Amino acid sequence: MAVRPNREAILALADGRTFRGRAFGTIGEAVGEVVFNTAMTGYQEVLTDPSYRGQMVCMTYPEIGNTGVNREDVESRRVYVEGFIIKECCERPSNWRSELSLHEYLEQAGVVGIEGIDTRALVRHIRTHGAQEAVLSSIDLEPESLIRKAKASPGLIGKDLVAEVTCAEAYDWELSDWELGRGYRAMSKEEMRDAPRVVALDYGIKLNILRRLVASGFRVRVMPAHSTADQILAENPDGVFLSNGPGDPAALPYAHKAVAGVLGKKPVFGICLGHQILGLALGGQTYKLDFGHHGANHPVLDLRTTRVEITSQNHGFAVDTESLKGRAELSHLNLNDRTVEGMRGQGVPFFSVQYHPEASPGPHDSSYLFRRFRKMVEMFPRYGADTLDRLMAEETVNANG
Amino acid sequence: MPLRKDLKSVLLIGSGPIVIGQACEFDYSGTQAIKALREEGLRLILVNSNPATIMTDPELADRTYIEPMTAAAIAKIIEREWPDALLPTVGGQTALNLAIELAESGVLDRFKCELIGAKLPAIKKAEDRDLFKQAMVNIGLEVPRSAIAHSMDDAERIRRELGLPLIIRPSRTLGGTGGSIARELDEFRARVAWGLEMSPIHEVLLEESVEGWKEFELEVMRDGADNVVIICSIENLDPMGVHTGDSITVAPAQTLTDKEYQIMRDAALRIIREIGVDTGGSNIQFAIDPKSGRMVVIEMNPRVSRSSALASKATGFPIAKIAARLAVGYRLDEIPNDITKKTPACFEPTIDYVVTKIPRFTFEKFRGATDELGPQMKSVGEAMAIGRTFKESLQKALRSLEIGSFGFEPHSKDANRDETLAALRKEVGRPSSLRLYHLANALRLGISREEAHALSRIDPWFIDAIAEIVAAEDGAAREPFSESYFRKFKAMGFSDRRIADLRGIEEGEVARSRRSFGVMPVFKAVDTCGAEFQAFTPYLYSTYEGEDEAEPDNRRKVMILGGGPNRIGQGIEFDYCCVHASLALKEAGFETIMVNCNPETVSTDYDISDRLYFEPLTFEDVLAIAEREKPMGVIVQFGGQTPLKLAVPLARAGVPILGTTPDAIDRAEDRERFNALVEKLGLKQPRGILARSLDEAVAGAERIGYPVLIRPSYVLGGRAMEVIADEAGLRRYVAQAFEASERHPLLIDRYLRGATEVDVDAISDGETVVIGGIMEHVEHAGIHSGDSACALPPRSLSPELQRSLIDQTKMLARELGVVGLINVQYAIYEGEVFILEVNPRASRTIPFVSKAIGVPLAKLAALVMAGRKLADLGFTSERVPRHVAVKESVFPFARFSGVDTILGPEMKSTGEVMGIDSSFAMAFAKAEIAASSDLPLGGRVFISVRDEDKPLLDPIVRGLAEMGFELVATRGTAAYITRLGCRCETINKVLEGSPHIVDAIVQGRIAAVINTPDASGTADSFSIRRTALEHRLPYFTTMAGARAAVEGIRALRSEGLEVRALQDYHRG
Repeated sequence: MAVRPNREAILALADGRTFRGRAFGTIGEAVGEVVFNTAMTGYQEVLTDPSYRGQMVCMTYPEIGNTGVNREDVESRRVYVEGFIIKECCERPSNWRSELSLHEYLEQAGVVGIEGIDTRALVRHIRTHGAQEAVLSSIDLEPESLIRKAKASPGLIGKDLVAEVTCAEAYDWELSDWELGRGYRAMSKEEMRDAPRVVALDYGIKLNILRRLVASGFRVRVMPAHSTADQILAENPDGVFLSNGPGDPAALPYAHKAVAGVLGKKPVFGICLGHQILGLALGGQTYKLDFGHHGANHPVLDLRTTRVEITSQNHGFAVDTESLKGRAELSHLNLNDRTVEGMRGQGVPFFSVQYHPEASPGPHDSSYLFRRFRKMVEMFPRYGADTLDRLMAEETVNANG
Repeated sequence: MPLRKDLKSVLLIGSGPIVIGQACEFDYSGTQAIKALREEGLRLILVNSNPATIMTDPELADRTYIEPMTAAAIAKIIEREWPDALLPTVGGQTALNLAIELAESGVLDRFKCELIGAKLPAIKKAEDRDLFKQAMVNIGLEVPRSAIAHSMDDAERIRRELGLPLIIRPSRTLGGTGGSIARELDEFRARVAWGLEMSPIHEVLLEESVEGWKEFELEVMRDGADNVVIICSIENLDPMGVHTGDSITVAPAQTLTDKEYQIMRDAALRIIREIGVDTGGSNIQFAIDPKSGRMVVIEMNPRVSRSSALASKATGFPIAKIAARLAVGYRLDEIPNDITKKTPACFEPTIDYVVTKIPRFTFEKFRGATDELGPQMKSVGEAMAIGRTFKESLQKALRSLEIGSFGFEPHSKDANRDETLAALRKEVGRPSSLRLYHLANALRLGISREEAHALSRIDPWFIDAIAEIVAAEDGAAREPFSESYFRKFKAMGFSDRRIADLRGIEEGEVARSRRSFGVMPVFKAVDTCGAEFQAFTPYLYSTYEGEDEAEPDNRRKVMILGGGPNRIGQGIEFDYCCVHASLALKEAGFETIMVNCNPETVSTDYDISDRLYFEPLTFEDVLAIAEREKPMGVIVQFGGQTPLKLAVPLARAGVPILGTTPDAIDRAEDRERFNALVEKLGLKQPRGILARSLDEAVAGAERIGYPVLIRPSYVLGGRAMEVIADEAGLRRYVAQAFEASERHPLLIDRYLRGATEVDVDAISDGETVVIGGIMEHVEHAGIHSGDSACALPPRSLSPELQRSLIDQTKMLARELGVVGLINVQYAIYEGEVFILEVNPRASRTIPFVSKAIGVPLAKLAALVMAGRKLADLGFTSERVPRHVAVKESVFPFARFSGVDTILGPEMKSTGEVMGIDSSFAMAFAKAEIAASSDLPLGGRVFISVRDEDKPLLDPIVRGLAEMGFELVATRGTAAYITRLGCRCETINKVLEGSPHIVDAIVQGRIAAVINTPDASGTADSFSIRRTALEHRLPYFTTMAGARAAVEGIRALRSEGLEVRALQDYHRG
């Protein structure tokens, strides 16, 4: 086990509030927007979620690192959070799959951590004053200097963070769901032979979305975020998937254009940033939330079935559906703050959700959406523009029968 | 789906008396359910035999039946009230079992009463082990391999198939009664036999042992639209093998990755759907193999449970209240979250602190019981603590237990100073009430964390935390005091007292130094959401961090100290009083602040008081709250001995104590000052002395004359109190006694053999004293008042004697300047009144008296303490009811194999029931039935009494003979009975060889046992009492009890049991 240096660290917010704690992970300095995540499990998935690019995450649950880190529970190939803020960092993890401690993992990843601060006070501050830029440092312990740096940080708005996280080249993905004792299952060529093909646009895609797509019976081709509509259509996919990703959806005009170019031609399913990009591609608007939704316990109402799903969430921006009247209808609503959680095309076969049906971390209540996408892709060649109406009607029949 | 319009009235079944496995948590859940449903405009009918509950307060339900919890009695209630629905899921296993019985016998159909919450098939699927197992297999989940046995032959066959060790679980018993694990063959046979005996349906499950696996629980809720949410995950620190009620548990789960947690969550959703619980909460238990992560489902409770009470307190999500609303039609998303107000109840709470529950045991009360934990629950209560880290939460929980522990003391009390590591290794490997301390000790003495884990199978994560606390002790003992010193060690949960012990200084010195560095606790809110939304309910806990959220206001406020964890001698009765105090003062315009650490209780429902502090009841923790809130006064006299002990130190620290002064309390508790008081008033008490050494004790007892009653001063529930017959006994006692009470001397009194004992409860405003009730005990003096049955009004006391009791009580109240409640215990011996004890505080009998006379004494007392006068409150004269109320006690003997059932001066009961009717005989009969001592209406009664009791036999045997009972007795007693002119068969004592009385009991040939202990032959009579207990026979160990039983049987035979609502008794 690596011996941790006993070193101070300071988190300074742009509005001048500072928190002193102990450093862990790498010794250094990080800048980013501070957000809080209320999930009690899944810190490793959070750390590796590319949507956190440009952000430092504070976990509200105080004991973090208990289960260590393993090679399986990752949502990308690296750690993406800029800094990690927790109450207590577990030195000796206990779990049968654990391979590294949280400290060791962040140290190897070159990510700065701070523990031992009043994380609840930080959360209450963000709740009241909004998410904001901050600096986390274990090399500069001068609060004034840190606050200055935090103030100087430009923030997320208008910034293309997707370019920093998307893949450089297109690739195929073949791993399916994780099973206890078996790990991730690779689909055989046999199984995949007749499967429909989907292009997944990688705006910072979580691996579990890819796994869920494979598990739902798709052959998956991942393409870089700046792929054009022509490039996408040239792959001749049966459906197009728009992934999650970091930052401001309005800063991605190339993505809006590409999506606008495939809408109507291919069935489209979007998650999180993908959902926002869809909204913008349809000519709607997005806006920044005060402190966003980051957690695994948000109730979302499916307006059609009136069933409630407990969802995994991670977003700081939202779609204004008012701006989409006639082009998309509201399908899902957040019961906590009545914000938009999902929409569905009107006369165009697409649907999207703001939350994360792929979970990881979080509940699996919404996995039906992947099945729905599969169904939509299957029905599209037959029904074209009517696909979604047909699909909804069929789902209602199933629900009643 | 809003409220169902077709339901107008709902019957709710409570859980009856407090027993091991079913405590206040069901008063908490039932009370929540009643309040929630009445808010919906429904008419609520309640049945519960336990008068000490809040739910049986007559203003809570529309119709309150304090009647025996039998299907027959409830059928009568249904017949009278015609409820549209029966809600069986908030009254524990008792309510569920009764609901099954009522449904299967056709009563519910006959009266068109619908089961809501869970329907019969769902209940059966969850409760019947075979059906449950099949259901799990159907949905692809694993369960431990197992099979059902109805006989020893079945069991042997199963053993050959599955191999040992096997877990033996009797079906349909409370808290796992009769459960055990068998590792050897002979052990296996004996334990299967015992298990079959304990099961009311003569059925045991034999199960593959998953001992040592990690144990988890999920609290799940489902609504009628099939929305399902998880309220809380709980991880047991004690691995599989220890009943979850006896395990130290932690919320949320600590050692699961998200992938593993979601597997469990998915399973829980599938289970609740497959079992078909329509609406409400369920508790599902899982075991996980720490080596592979393999998960098996252990069991499911299709109802709210002890764990759901814990989960409610741990998260702020009121499971029972929501469950009740769901049962009458609402959906989760239609119900608002009380705490955030803006968000719905349809979500999964997230918490930003760690909750630790530690059970409280009382093995010391039961001689012969071994302190060993297994699948059968043995704890009598629990304490819960909240901290920002596990280490802080754990250390807070330790000091919440009130076992004299303020952290991980080396516990030299129970082990030799020079105990070897070998002994410690054994203790670490053996689950017991003190294992955690042994574990800490072992780590302290150098056993490695790995070895500690190998021995205990406790997850290394928990062991590490304890190891870190132990490792920090050195620094805490040596490092100089400074701000950073205190920040560091207080955040780890070290109490001032523990730091003082480590440094060999006084607690006060630590506290002063800490304050001088400005290190004070802050208070944070329990808000269901990890601070994501604003919380409107001040439900708080302390921690050592930066920001304080308490935001106290400047209203006139009263702080009420609760009773802490339930234990024998201090339980629900005191919580009842605290709740009443809070409700009354709130109504009178005060802001009320509750402080308590017992998660089972109504008092720790955030709905009861304006502000709730979930904190240990130690001087340090309570003072911190008082300093932050600055109440106009603190009520210490309602929570039992726990807060009472804090009265003097709090007063010294400048905290105003409301009502009777700490000095007056001390005058009543301190023996020498009390003697002076009695003498001053010219009253009588049994001759007694105070002994501070063995010599003083021997000389004193000689002067008083044997037998003597001996006990340490300042104890509750007659802890360590005994009747001693001679000097040898005295010497043996003294040798052990100074353990029971370190700082207080021994009290030795003359024992008034055969005296009638009387309890008097009264209320005083400092000027007017009004008698609440006079209770005549059924058993003679010498049996702890908490264990004896008693009747109100008294049945045999002359008006003159009653007058004298009233006068003496008033004199005592006035002399002590009582403002609030006072309880006096008297013995009437040869026509004279002797004072045994004065308690200037709420007594255990307050709820019983309040319900018997229809006056809420605790509420009045709280108002009086806040300055009101009894005249203004309209209570100026004693209210003697025309009906009779009998209180009977309920005992946990069946839980402790090898323990005798004889009653004595040390309290052993866990709970009480009330029988109420127009005559003593019927009220007593109801109380007996309610206490599960089913009075037989015919058959053979076995009688064996000691010589001195024989003169009292006449009315008993004559009465039984007249009613056609056959009598059978041991030789001496039989001869005596025959001389009285009654027919009586003779049967062998056990020592005389087979066929003997125990054989007869085992063969089911005996309907009831009357057996008073003979000082010499206790071994023989012990086996009789024990066998009777194990065969669930009514047995009477006192002549007075037997005589009352005969009267009760006569009443039952002639009149039959009728039911009547409390509201009707008090109306006219």
